[in-house]
Amino acid sequence: MKKITKQTYLDWYKDMLFWRKFEDKLASVYIQQKVRGFLHLYNGQEAILAGALHAMDLSKDKMITAYRNHVQPIGMGEDPKRVMAELYGKATGTSKGMGGSMHIFSKEFGFYGGHGIVGGQIPLGAGIAFGDKYKGSDGVTLTCFGDGAARQGSLHEAFNMAMLWKLPVIFIVENNGYAMGTSVDRTANHTDIWKLGLGYEMPCGPVDAMNPIKVAEAVDEAIQRARRGDGPTFLEMKTYRYRGHSMSDAQHYRTKDEVEEYKKIDPITQVKDIILEKGYATEEEISVIDKEVKSRVKECEKFAEESPYPETQQLYDMVYEQEDYPFIS
Amino acid sequence: MKTVQFREAICEAMSEEMRRDESIYLMGEEVAEYNGAYKASKGMLDEFGEKRVIDTPIAELGFAGIAIGSAMNGNRPIVEYMTFNFSLVGIDQIINNAAKIRQMSGGQFNCPIVFRGPTASAGQLGATHSQAFENWFANTPGLKVIVPSNPYDAKGLLKAAIRDDDPVIFMESEQMYGDKMEIPEGEYIIPIGVADIKREGTDVTIVSFGKIIKEAYKAADELAKENISVEIIDLRTVRPMDHAAILTSVKKTNRLVVLEEAWPFASVASEITYRIQDEAFDYLDAPIKRITTADTPAPYSPVLLEKWIPNSNDVVKAVKEVLYL
Ligand SMILES: Cc1ncc(C[n+]2csc(CCOP(=O)(O)OP(=O)(O)O)c2C)c(N)n1
Ligand SMILES: [Mg+2]
Repeated sequence: MKKITKQTYLDWYKDMLFWRKFEDKLASVYIQQKVRGFLHLYNGQEAILAGALHAMDLSKDKMITAYRNHVQPIGMGEDPKRVMAELYGKATGTSKGMGGSMHIFSKEFGFYGGHGIVGGQIPLGAGIAFGDKYKGSDGVTLTCFGDGAARQGSLHEAFNMAMLWKLPVIFIVENNGYAMGTSVDRTANHTDIWKLGLGYEMPCGPVDAMNPIKVAEAVDEAIQRARRGDGPTFLEMKTYRYRGHSMSDAQHYRTKDEVEEYKKIDPITQVKDIILEKGYATEEEISVIDKEVKSRVKECEKFAEESPYPETQQLYDMVYEQEDYPFIS
Repeated sequence: MKTVQFREAICEAMSEEMRRDESIYLMGEEVAEYNGAYKASKGMLDEFGEKRVIDTPIAELGFAGIAIGSAMNGNRPIVEYMTFNFSLVGIDQIINNAAKIRQMSGGQFNCPIVFRGPTASAGQLGATHSQAFENWFANTPGLKVIVPSNPYDAKGLLKAAIRDDDPVIFMESEQMYGDKMEIPEGEYIIPIGVADIKREGTDVTIVSFGKIIKEAYKAADELAKENISVEIIDLRTVRPMDHAAILTSVKKTNRLVVLEEAWPFASVASEITYRIQDEAFDYLDAPIKRITTADTPAPYSPVLLEKWIPNSNDVVKAVKEVLYL
């Protein structure tokens, strides 16, 4: 794994803060009804992405996830302005306004979506890995899903075949404690989701996912294994989401105190503390980063606001490759 | 009479039936502690307890199968899908088992089960969350398919569905749960398979069902200003379909428009069109028109979604077309 240096910490701080503020901005424009539909935000879970990206080789490694998916493509290199524009339903969006919040895709940067059907992306992730193995590439696919999705049958079928065929895939369950209003302990008779790997003899284990260092180490080990041809790994990222499931969630299923407890081990704060402690930056230098982040988010908003909506003919332009497909009108 | 929301009508129907029959339970994602993703089972956990109001993991295939298996062994389950988009994960159990057990077992087993939840689009939710599979289910012998359009119908029909001894697909809408209407204080049942004339008229018949029928009402109001009298038939049940009601109306108006929120190919509208041309060809003064969503997955962008989904202007236009105006 690349060494974790002063620059790593500074990048982690800047990136995670940007993702957090990007999501906060989405929440506020959602309330203004500029962004519609469902909106699922990543606040609290940023260390997973930060740590994973440190271990990945973005020239060949790939990622796929569920609908909590705005910041992953940004982390992989996609222009955040285009992600914001997608949420506005504008022609300049990543899917030209066709996908919306739950369906961000960025082929150029190896981000395979953005999936709204819970658990649907788990076999797809194994399939992307199948494609790499078939071609003889040593790229690895990170397949992310929630604790709720871990209860779908698709997980078990995909786990079995991924082990049988030693696919270069890392299954990552982002256990944020809840699937909508259902806590993990109400969905199974034990709460150690990582143990689902044991029945398939898949290397597996839990990770403190409020800490990007721990995530980077675990993902690195798994990536090395997959690159060697030794097949999949299943990692349970122990994390937490600060906001409701989506914007319409009254959150009666948990206490404010619980949320506050997790905020004490917030990944951004953890990284900031290390930066200050080790003297990698001063408070003033950090506030410069904060300001930059704020203005970059503002630029995204401006870009999305000012972008045009798609032409209505576009409705028929995206369904088939075939250009003269005879739609029923 | 009393005024209830659609979601309350659903809740009352389930609760009343559960009070009179111990074998009924409600199962699905977020139905118990969360009171339903759309609050259609509010208070039911408190009343019936966790034995009968059961939160499931996100496992649509598994819990569909478990519910069907229990129906083969004496239960009368109500299964809620958070939306019918997610029923696709469990559709194998519905089509291959629920719909077929009775015939394959030579009538030894029946499958008294209701699968219910919202169907069709509900704003800018994108392609996977905006689908209407009424015609998919209605295509399957062994199933019955009910799609009410108001709280009164919803309550009476859901009670009929729960009492029915065959598998019933019962489809609601996120965008209707807040609709309010007066309903009787006491119990009532609406029989499955009977359409309802929502507006009487003489010039043209519009057949529709589910929440999109509201666009027909708006269109009828517009057209009334031009002295065009529209008869609106609410199918209420898609399978079995009340062809007689449509036929009677078409024989009177001689013109038919079908409004459906679904893709056009092999739609419910196609089925109606076939039957009417077969049985009332000589009564028709114009070709039948259907109005459906665009022949594409639902787009997210508001400007495209507006074009994709049928609205009252489309209905007005179609009515004028069949009237050669
Ligand atoms: C097949 C399917 N069932 C149900 C839903 C509705 N739904 C959307 S998100 C969600 C909860 C998923 O929780 P989890 O997997 O833990 O992910 P998180 O939201 O916590 O990131 C549910 C039930 C869906 N989108 N797809
Ligand atoms: Mg979760």
